[in-house]
Amino acid sequence: MATLLKSEKLEVSEEQHIVTVRQAVRRMSVEIKLSLVDQTKIITAASELARNLLIYGGGGEVVLELLREGVRQGVRVHFADEGPGIENIELALRDGYTSGGGMGLGLGGAKRLVNEFDLVSAPGKGTHITITRWK
Amino acid sequence: MDRIPILTMGHFLLVTIQVDMHDQLALTLQDDLTNKITSTLAKGVLIDISSLEIVDSFIGRMLGNISSMARVLGAGSVVVGMQPAVAITLVELGLSLTGVYTALDVEKGMQLLRRQIDADFYHLTTDGNFVEI
Repeated sequence: MATLLKSEKLEVSEEQHIVTVRQAVRRMSVEIKLSLVDQTKIITAASELARNLLIYGGGGEVVLELLREGVRQGVRVHFADEGPGIENIELALRDGYTSGGGMGLGLGGAKRLVNEFDLVSAPGKGTHITITRWK
Repeated sequence: MDRIPILTMGHFLLVTIQVDMHDQLALTLQDDLTNKITSTLAKGVLIDISSLEIVDSFIGRMLGNISSMARVLGAGSVVVGMQPAVAITLVELGLSLTGVYTALDVEKGMQLLRRQIDADFYHLTTDGNFVEI
């Protein structure tokens, strides 16, 4: 079971907040000394998901957590919105599929960039995504 | 309003992105560059992203758009200085920047730009230098 060492809550309701999320994820990644490549991966994944949160979810909340599990440490980021939710999750994760005007890389791409990816969503129930990168 | 400066050097436009760009800033740069290509009749655009710590799909799309818009306006373009960690992440994200010319640094980028517009403006001498026609 992972122990929570630290947590931080951010609100995402405008474009500038995507940058704030990136910077907060960077700070935590540096704190547990993730390699530069791993830092870049989780920051990029967080950037994609924060933008989805804003554009598709109509804004929401991001919670960052610094975790320890045995000898390893990790950064976990939760993205929660009360937006329309995702009807077909399998389709939404497919590269190139988009319900908006994007490139359709955000969700599937973010999944590839992290160690753990958890998506819970249903129409009318909002979308909750959790990503974790372990050191 | 925030803006990323665009420098004019001869037939070229140079941009160095040194801030963590929010989306609107990226869109503004795209518009500004397109306008500037037209107003200065630039033949090439060089974008230095060596200070960028991440390129996500939005910034990636902007780089692709700039390259396409430049081409449509008769100018070449090149993106230089991408950090290795950014390159690894971009590819894993699924973005390969198809159609965007890239070079390791500004010098190699300028060479590439000059080659792109060689036929129009420059003549390659036997000792490897370019002279303006």
